[in-house]
Amino acid sequence: MTGTLAAIGAGFAVIGAGIGIGRIGGSAMDAIARQPEAATKIQTAMIISAALIEGVALFAVVVALIA
Amino acid sequence: MKTRKLICFFFFFLLAGAAVSASGNEEEGKEGSKEKFNASEFIIEHISDSHEWHIFTKKNGEHVALYLPVIVYNKENGLNIFSSKKLAHGHEYKGFRLEEEGDLKGRVVSVNDVGHIDEENLPLDLSMTKTVLGMLFAAIIGLVLFLSLARSYSKAGISHPKGIRSFLEPIVLFVRDDIAIPNLGKDKYEKFMPYLLTVFFFILINNLMGLVPFPPPFGANVTGNIAVTFTLAACTFLIIQFNGTKTYWRHIYAAPGVPIWLLPIMLPVEVIGMLAKPFALMVRLFANILAGHIVVLSLVSLIFIFKSLAVAPVSILFVIFMDCLELLVAFLQAYVFTLLSALFIGLATTEHH
Repeated sequence: MTGTLAAIGAGFAVIGAGIGIGRIGGSAMDAIARQPEAATKIQTAMIISAALIEGVALFAVVVALIA
Repeated sequence: MKTRKLICFFFFFLLAGAAVSASGNEEEGKEGSKEKFNASEFIIEHISDSHEWHIFTKKNGEHVALYLPVIVYNKENGLNIFSSKKLAHGHEYKGFRLEEEGDLKGRVVSVNDVGHIDEENLPLDLSMTKTVLGMLFAAIIGLVLFLSLARSYSKAGISHPKGIRSFLEPIVLFVRDDIAIPNLGKDKYEKFMPYLLTVFFFILINNLMGLVPFPPPFGANVTGNIAVTFTLAACTFLIIQFNGTKTYWRHIYAAPGVPIWLLPIMLPVEVIGMLAKPFALMVRLFANILAGHIVVLSLVSLIFIFKSLAVAPVSILFVIFMDCLELLVAFLQAYVFTLLSALFIGLATTEHH
């Protein structure tokens, strides 16, 4: 039972990460479409934010793994 | 340009070889035993640390492994250094035994004369395990690369880069121009450049080495071990503490503009914030790398769960794709760790407004 609960918890964490990183990607696309010259800067900022959000989601995965 | 192409091909072949060889190795061992394949045990065995470096299992069940030295310290027996071959398969040696099941699985315990395990005082285990050997090998690779880089500069002077310099110099300049200077300022960045460069290349080399399954120094799960990432985060934490200016400390203990009755609550909050940043660094790197290893191992064990050869091409294609993603994650995690370290050090050392 703990195994299934841990899996469900990890699933919720992935939902959060998916929504968050999806929104970052979306706004990054909009921004690049508006101003293609700033594309590299926007891409760098997007990757950094994605890594940070993924870090938070992986907190939850680690807790699920431990349980 | 030619060196760059060579390096790209090298990485691609490493990845392809990794995918193919992982499945090839396991099939040799599986034909002998008739036991059911336990995927989670297979995965945990490959990602956790061990006192021997298992290479493969021959058809008659014999293990071929690299037996690493065990260094244990006990109050009764003192310091003991011996090969872990003496502790293989549950044998006992000089009052030490390697636990194979139960809570203390994988740890060396001391057994007294009547066979009773002393569970309270475990011996101090300073062995050179698989992770330690992987780290040392990464350190040797780093030293060789950068010492030759330094020597080529002292011989040729500042000139058009050729050879190893053309590969490493852009990365070093990238760390300096995009990570160190924006966060630490033009006047203070030189003090912290050695640390940032070391952390970046240490994490990068260890991540990349963890992706290649063999020969033995490669394929050790170093950065996916929470003790290793804890130490890296602790190094950043210590550097922040020892280089913090008075403004930084004042912000923690008595942030300006906060009414006095709120200060007792602010102090624990600030201290937790101070500790949470390196903690996040630690967990981010650990979880990203570990998750990558687990996914690749799960995809390979699909072949053994389904026990059919038709699954193999699909599985290997997935594994190659995941390995490419893992390559990106390796670089990215090294970059993010270094960037955030520089950011935190910058917040503590520079004074704004």
